[in-house]
This record gives sequence, structure tokens and C-alpha cells, in this order.
Amino acid sequence: MACIEARGLRKAFGTTIAVDGINLRVEEGRILGLIGPNGAGKTTALNAILGLTPYQGELKVLGRDPWTERDQLMRDACFIADVAVLPRWLRVWQAFDYLAGVHPRFDRAKAEGFLAKTNIRSASKVRELSKGMVAQLHLALVMAIDAKLLVLDEPTLGLDILYRKQFYDSLLNDYFDRSRTIVVTTHQVEEVQDVLTDVMFINRGRIVFDCSMEEFESRYLEVMVNPEQVAAARALKPIHERQVFGRSILLFDRVDRQQLTALGDVRTPSIADLFVAVLSNQSGAAQGGTR
Amino acid sequence: MSTPSNTVPGSPLELQVTAPAVITASRRMYWSVRRELWEHRSIYVAPLTAAAVFLLAFLTALTLSPAHRHEPLDIPYEFAAALIMGTGFIVGIFYSLDALYGERRDRSILFWKSLPVSDLTTVLSKFAIPLVILPLLSFAIAVVTQFVMLLLSSAVLLGSGLSVGTLGARMSFFHMSLMLLYHILTVHGLWYAPIYGWLLLVSAWAPRAPFIWAFLPPFVIWGVEKIAFSTSHFLGMLQYRLTGPEPSTTTARSGNLMEMMSALTPVQFFSTPGLWVGLAVAAIFLAAAVRLRRYREPI
Repeated sequence: MACIEARGLRKAFGTTIAVDGINLRVEEGRILGLIGPNGAGKTTALNAILGLTPYQGELKVLGRDPWTERDQLMRDACFIADVAVLPRWLRVWQAFDYLAGVHPRFDRAKAEGFLAKTNIRSASKVRELSKGMVAQLHLALVMAIDAKLLVLDEPTLGLDILYRKQFYDSLLNDYFDRSRTIVVTTHQVEEVQDVLTDVMFINRGRIVFDCSMEEFESRYLEVMVNPEQVAAARALKPIHERQVFGRSILLFDRVDRQQLTALGDVRTPSIADLFVAVLSNQSGAAQGGTR
Repeated sequence: MSTPSNTVPGSPLELQVTAPAVITASRRMYWSVRRELWEHRSIYVAPLTAAAVFLLAFLTALTLSPAHRHEPLDIPYEFAAALIMGTGFIVGIFYSLDALYGERRDRSILFWKSLPVSDLTTVLSKFAIPLVILPLLSFAIAVVTQFVMLLLSSAVLLGSGLSVGTLGARMSFFHMSLMLLYHILTVHGLWYAPIYGWLLLVSAWAPRAPFIWAFLPPFVIWGVEKIAFSTSHFLGMLQYRLTGPEPSTTTARSGNLMEMMSALTPVQFFSTPGLWVGLAVAAIFLAAAVRLRRYREPI
């Protein structure tokens, strides 16, 4: 059974179409990065998946309809919708008590174990904690829940680089076990590149790119072309070209690596570079590099 | 009702069991209500403060002006109860207005919705505060306050050699407590249910300033009715709801407050159509609030 399955998922706010007929299938055990510019419809799509907003089209999350069965769904799914949604009056021990009281899959000892590695005391109120500590606390709470699906919508927004690094490290080392599914959206694409198993680009409410990281790494190559070979490189039909320090960097889709090595330094592009390429092609003419 | 901290420590095997515990609806409700008490400490702080202030004033009066000793003892007792109940009522109004609005304002609704607690449970737990928790709490605090008053005045009377009347006061004390409990549960709980329901509904809906949204529509309806039809049925309806189902105050004004409270027998109270209409209206408001919370996002 797919963890998330959407067909023709659509959501409009008045005349603005936020999600425009998304087809989506996320298998169990994947870490999917949902990448898109502001206002692309990422949060709206996630809200539909989490039962926070009504939608049109077909959507099943862990076999349930999220809009009508949100509370049952939340036994097996969990989310961090934003940084700083923990109520400011809440004390750490109260959060533990409450979760232990209402959540059948919450493991209090586990949460306390995670928290012991931080400077957060159990008598602290959320309002007394720094933004980074609140994120740590929330992550500790969520990781102590034995959920099948975890959705993270900009979980590290506004945190400094140390906390961001720590966040994804503990997520991978202490939480992910290949049977869980994680969906994450973020603007700090470079930080999640090594974490993801799948990547999806979303723009203007549509999925414009969707591939696994293995496929990504085998298909796309970026070449810093030697100045005298630019013309030869362009003949191989790069999907994107940019200039850095006066040198051309060309991005290729499904071009033989050896062929490219002759033209300059070859490397795997970053998701961010591919994202820019895909989106700028999209706004131009028809593009062949995506499907 | 066991948190992991008080599971039997002698059975390590049980602790290892990873099968998720079944969480009953009542347990979820219990923790939801506790959550409200954590967030809104004014629920118990305000009535306790009112009681403390009153006791201080009572003690001052008792020690400073001996004239009070010869007055009928019932009046300050009733006043204490009225003060604490009134405080509870006001706290209930402000609580209800904030209950479903505050979680949207501070975005914490996104956290609460990430947990397996339904909107129905959440709204009902918030409704239980003004309907059940506040009246019972006010009652308990009022009875304790009155008991302390009784002890204080007995001590002062004994000290001044006037031991008469203490027994009589004690006799009426239990009678008074019962009357108070009856009044508080019927009027503050059941009779006011639609008021709290309306406030919760506004609290779930209001895009901002729930206070204005709660009080403006009744005011507008009253104004429109007054201008268009020159009648004030709506105002009369509100007055009836606020003053309670007890017989009109004109007959009871001269009498004792306690007599007024007890003037309505349970049979009369529960056969008042106004009660059932009110409860039905409250149910409609609550159902709307539950539905609204499902759609609501942070402001």
C-alpha cells in the first residue's frame, strides 16, 4: 500500500488555484523532498494530506481520507507544520504528560532520552526557550511518536546552521528506519540533498519534476566547460546554462559521462541548480528534460 | 488512566510491550480538560483571589467594627457566594471567548491538530470548563470560604463571650451549601449553556476581535427590532436568559437571596421549556463550533 496516493488533487481559494490537479504516489520508506518557490502550493498540498484543509480529487493517506478521518490518521501520522507552533505557555513536562495521555504511540521515555541530550529542562516553558530549542523540543516529541508518516513543512525555517544540521542528523540517525515515510519541504535545499531518497518540484500548483535520488544522480551531470569547448558542449543540448566567474556551467540530462569529461570538470549538480533549470525552462518553451 | 511514569515497575516485560495502548475517549477528554487548566490558570486563580480578598475584608470588618456581630449572619455568607460565583461567571465568559480563538492566534492549533484528538473532543473539553468545571470549582471555593467565615465569626463571638447563634449559623450552613450547589449546577451550568455555546462559536469563527463579534450581533438585533417593529422581544429574551428561570425579582427583592434561589424546585426547573430550548440552542452552537474548527487555520 502506498503511503500517500493522490489523483487529481485540487484546491482553489476563490479564483486562485493553489493546487492544480496533482497526481502523487509516495511509497512506504521514502524520504521525499517537496521543493518549490513561495506560493507554489506546497503547504496547501501538505495541508490536504494532513486533513487540515478540504480538497477536490482523490486522496488517500495510509489508506484513510484525511479530511474526514484526521484524528484517526494522526495516530499513525505526525507533522511539524511550521517552526514555533508549540503553545508558549506549555511546560515541557506538560507536553509529555499530555501526549502520553492522548497519543497511543507516544513513548515518554524515548522523548525524555532525546531531551536529555539538549539543555532543555522539563520545568521550562516554551516561551523561555530559544527558537532552536523549541525546534529541538518539537522534534523530540515527534520522534518519540511511533508514526508511519512524518510530514515536515519548513521545519528549520529561521534556525541557525548548527540547529539545522543537528535537526536532520537526529532525524536520520535516531528516527528514520526505512519503514517510515518522511515528507519534507524546505528552502534550504542543499541541506536536505543527502537526506532525501526522492525529490519532487512543484510550481504553480503542479508537479513539474519527480524522480528518485538514484535516478537523479545517474541522469543529471553538470560540467564546468573549458572556455574553448563551449560550442562543442552546447551542441550536446544542455538543459541549462549559467555563468560563474566567467566560465560556463552546463547542465545535461542523460548525456554520457565520458563524453562530458572531455569538455571540462564533471560533477553531480545540486538539487537547487536543477530546480532553477527546470523552472526557467518551464517559463520558456517546452522542455524535454522533465517528465 | 496511567501515565508511563506510574506503570507497575515490577513488571519489566510489560514495559517492553510495544503494542500501542488503547486510549479511551474519556481519557482523551480528561487530558484535554487538564490541558485547559494548564493554559488558563485564571479558572482557579480568579475565584481563589476573590475568596481571599473577601475573607480579608470579612476579617477586617469582624475585628474592627463589633457592630457586625449583632447583625444577621446570613448576608455576608450570601455575598461571599455571590462574589465567587460572579467571578466564576466572568472568567467563564472570557475563557469561552478565547478558547478557540487563542489557539488560532498563536498558531498552536497546528500542534493540537497534529495529535489524534478529534475536533469534537476538543470543543467539548473547552465547553466543559464553563459548564462543569467552573461551577463546581466556584461551589467548592464558596463552601470553604463560608466555612472559614463561620469559624472566624465563631472564634470572635466566643472571644467576646457571645456564644449564642453559632449553632444556628452552623445549621443553616449546610442548608445554604445545598442551595448553592443546586443553584450553581442548574443556573450556571445548564441555564447558561447557550451563552457559553454562543461564545465558543464566535471564538471558533471570529477572524479577529472575538469580543466585538460576540456582543455586537445581539446589540444590532436589539436595535433593528426596536427601530423596525418598536418591540423588544429579543432584549426580553436575553434578560430572561441572564437573570435565570427563577421567579421575577420583584417578588423576591425584599426577601432573602437564598429564598429566591430555592424558590424554584427541581421539578419546576426541569419542566421550564426555556431550559430545553436553551440546551438545544447550545447544542446547535457547539455543533457549528466543531465544524468550524475543522476548517479553521491559524490567523
